[in-house]
Amino acid sequence: MKLTLKIWRQKGPKDKGKIVDYPVNDVSEDMSFLEMLDVLNDDLVRKGEEPIAFDHDCREGICGACSLFINGEAHGPGRMITTCQLHMRKFKDGDTIHVEPWRAEAFPVIKDLAVDRGAFDRIQAAGGFVSVNTNGNLVDGNALPIPKADADTAFDAATCIGCGACVATCTNSSAMLFVAAKVSQFALLPQGKVEAKNRVLAMVEQMDKEGFGNCSNTGACEVECPKGISLEHIARMNREYLAASVTKE
Amino acid sequence: MSRSALLGSSLAKKYWMALTGLFLCVFLIAHLAGNLQLLDMSPAGQLKFNAYAKFMTTFPVVKIVSYLLYASILFHAFDGIILTIQNRKARPIKYAYEKANASSKWYSRQMALLGMLVLVFIVLHMKHFWYEMHWGPLGMDADGNKDLYTLVAAAFAQPLYVLVYVASMVVLAFHLMHGFQSAFQSMGLNHPKYMPIIKTVGIFFAVIAPLFFALIPVWMFVNASPVQ
Repeated sequence: MKLTLKIWRQKGPKDKGKIVDYPVNDVSEDMSFLEMLDVLNDDLVRKGEEPIAFDHDCREGICGACSLFINGEAHGPGRMITTCQLHMRKFKDGDTIHVEPWRAEAFPVIKDLAVDRGAFDRIQAAGGFVSVNTNGNLVDGNALPIPKADADTAFDAATCIGCGACVATCTNSSAMLFVAAKVSQFALLPQGKVEAKNRVLAMVEQMDKEGFGNCSNTGACEVECPKGISLEHIARMNREYLAASVTKE
Repeated sequence: MSRSALLGSSLAKKYWMALTGLFLCVFLIAHLAGNLQLLDMSPAGQLKFNAYAKFMTTFPVVKIVSYLLYASILFHAFDGIILTIQNRKARPIKYAYEKANASSKWYSRQMALLGMLVLVFIVLHMKHFWYEMHWGPLGMDADGNKDLYTLVAAAFAQPLYVLVYVASMVVLAFHLMHGFQSAFQSMGLNHPKYMPIIKTVGIFFAVIAPLFFALIPVWMFVNASPVQ
C-alpha cells in the first residue's frame, strides 16, 4: 500500500523542528510500524539524506523503548500494544499518518522522534527499589506467605515497562500512572512495606521536581497504557502518600 | 519533608481540590433544598422564603459555615488556577495532531474552563442576590423581613437572567460530572467494589442538582405575574 507520512524532524535538542511529508510506496500490511520506518530510513540513507531517529529495542512489546505518537494516539491506534506491536494492516492504502514524539517538558526531544526519558530513571532511583543485604543470608522469597490477590495486583503493577505513553497521552503530561505502578508493585508486598513511606514520599517529590503536570483523573493514561495498568494504582499511591505524609516523623 | 508534602506537593494540591470540591457539593444540596421554596409563588410562600432568607443571613452557626464556604470557593478556584498553570507548563509544545477523545471525555480535560465559567456565575449570582440581601436597598414584606423574594421574582421575569442561569447550570453539570468521582479518586478512594457506585451517584448528582436549580428560574419565569 501507499501512504503519506507526516513526521516530526528535529536536528537536535535546540533545533525548532518541523513536520516533513514523506510518501512511502510498497508498504506491506504484514510489516510492523517500526519495520515500515526502517524501510523509509533505508530509502533516505540511499538518497544521502539523514535517517529518522526513533527509539526501539526488543520489538516484542516488553522493553519499553519504542514510543511515537501516531495519528493522535500514544503507540497509535489499538489498545494494549506498543508501537513495535502495531502492524500496518491497521491502516488503509492512501492513508496519511501523523508521527510525533512524546510531548512533555520532562521528556525533551533529543532528535526527531527520540525523547529523553531519564526523568523516569531518576524517579525510580529516588525510591523504586527494595534494599537487600547481599551477604549470603538471603531469605527464600517463597517462604514468605503472600495472599494470591496481592501478588496478582503487585504483578499487574510490575508489568509497567516505563515507555511513557501515560505521560504522552495525559493532557497535563502527568507521570502519575508510571509512578503509581512503581509505588504499588512494592507497597503490596511484605518486602516492599519496610520502606513504603519513604519510597512514596521520595518518588512523588522527584516526580514534581522533573516538571510533570498534575493528575486530573481523566483516565486517558489507563486507556492508552500498553500494559493496561489501572487507575486503581493511582488511588493506591494517593492513599499511601496521604498516610505517609501524616504519619512520618 | 512530610510537612511540605501536605501543602506543596502535586498530590497535596489534589487533596485540597477534592476536599473543598466535596464540601461545595454538600453546600449545593443544602442551597437547593432551601431555594426550592421559591417554587411556591403564593403570598404565603413569599413570606416563608423571606423568613428563611433572614434566618440564613443571621443565625450564627449558618454564618460560620458560610465563611467556611466563601473560603472553600476561593481556595478551590485559586488551587485550580495554580494546577492549571503547572499543567500548561508541563507541555510547552502541543501535538500537531491529537485524538484526545479516543481516551478521555472532553469535560474531564476542560475542568479549568468549566470551573472559571462557574466562578463567573458565582460572582454574578452573589452580586444579584447575596450583595443585595446584605447591603442593597430592599423593601420589607408584611412580616417585616427584607423582601428578597420580590427581587428574585423580578430578576427571573427577565429572559436574559433565566438564560444565563440555565446555561450556567449546564456548565455546572459537566463540572460535577467529572469532579464528583474525581474527588474520590484523588483521595485514594478507588475500590473495584465501590467505584462503580461512586461514579453512578456522581452522574445522578451532576444531572439532578443543576436540573432542579435550573428549574427555579424557568418556573418563576413561566409563572411570573404579567404586571410588575
